[in-house]
Amino acid sequence: MAATGNETLGDDPALVAGLRAGDGQTFDTLIRQHGGRLLSVARRILGNDDEAREAVHEAFVAAYRARQQFHADARISTWLHRIAVNAALMRLRSRKRRAEESIDGLLPAFRADGHHAEQFASWEEPVDVALGRRETAAFVREAIDRLPESYRVVLLLRDIDGLSTEEAAKMLEITPNAVKIRLHRARMALRTLLAPRFARGPQ
Amino acid sequence: MTCRDLTDFLAAYVDRDLSSDVQTAFERHLALCANCRRFLQQYEQTVASGRSALGHDDDAPVPEELVRAILSSIRSGE
Repeated sequence: MAATGNETLGDDPALVAGLRAGDGQTFDTLIRQHGGRLLSVARRILGNDDEAREAVHEAFVAAYRARQQFHADARISTWLHRIAVNAALMRLRSRKRRAEESIDGLLPAFRADGHHAEQFASWEEPVDVALGRRETAAFVREAIDRLPESYRVVLLLRDIDGLSTEEAAKMLEITPNAVKIRLHRARMALRTLLAPRFARGPQ
Repeated sequence: MTCRDLTDFLAAYVDRDLSSDVQTAFERHLALCANCRRFLQQYEQTVASGRSALGHDDDAPVPEELVRAILSSIRSGE
């Protein structure tokens, strides 16, 4: 099959060769090209700038060590992204475990006959219009941060970073089915948290 | 299909991953239930709003001291 779209084109062969050879100039270029995006990815998972920088630092060192395992049929951006997510998740796991808050209170409730217990108010304007405002985007980010960690991380990996169910399952060391369940609950909980902002009138 | 059943199938519906039987039952319920239609629409808007709020904050350059620190670790690691 012929490569047609940008996403199917490989990286610059010289960059790939430099990466595999461990060339310092190539790594300088890669850090500058991809570091900003990787910092955002790590910051979303870890929730603070200092730890995000540490995770990206660790990720590039890990990439350097694993450079021979990079295959030219992958994309450098994807490969580095996976390594950075892993570095951030490892830091998250090493944190002292606190008991996680239950997500149940943020999920929809049902009556005995299976009907929704709540009448949902319409959302007042297209969400994409509302999100054009800086404070609305900040509200959404804060709502995501309020999700219990094991749900928040799945939402980030699947809906924001675009990992597949299988990739997310592997990175989180849980089953693909657990990823699906957590993602669905995370989205429903986030909907509950966003509703007061977007709903028309009192709910 | 009840509202509760429909809610269970929501993610698979959004991913177009339902069997045709279930999809038909899902859409039949949806046609009759305004509350579930609003819930589905808000579920989809929630996914889109997360992407929109977080998906475009990638532009900050890497701090120069981080570039130097990483390159120094890489060099000393060999």
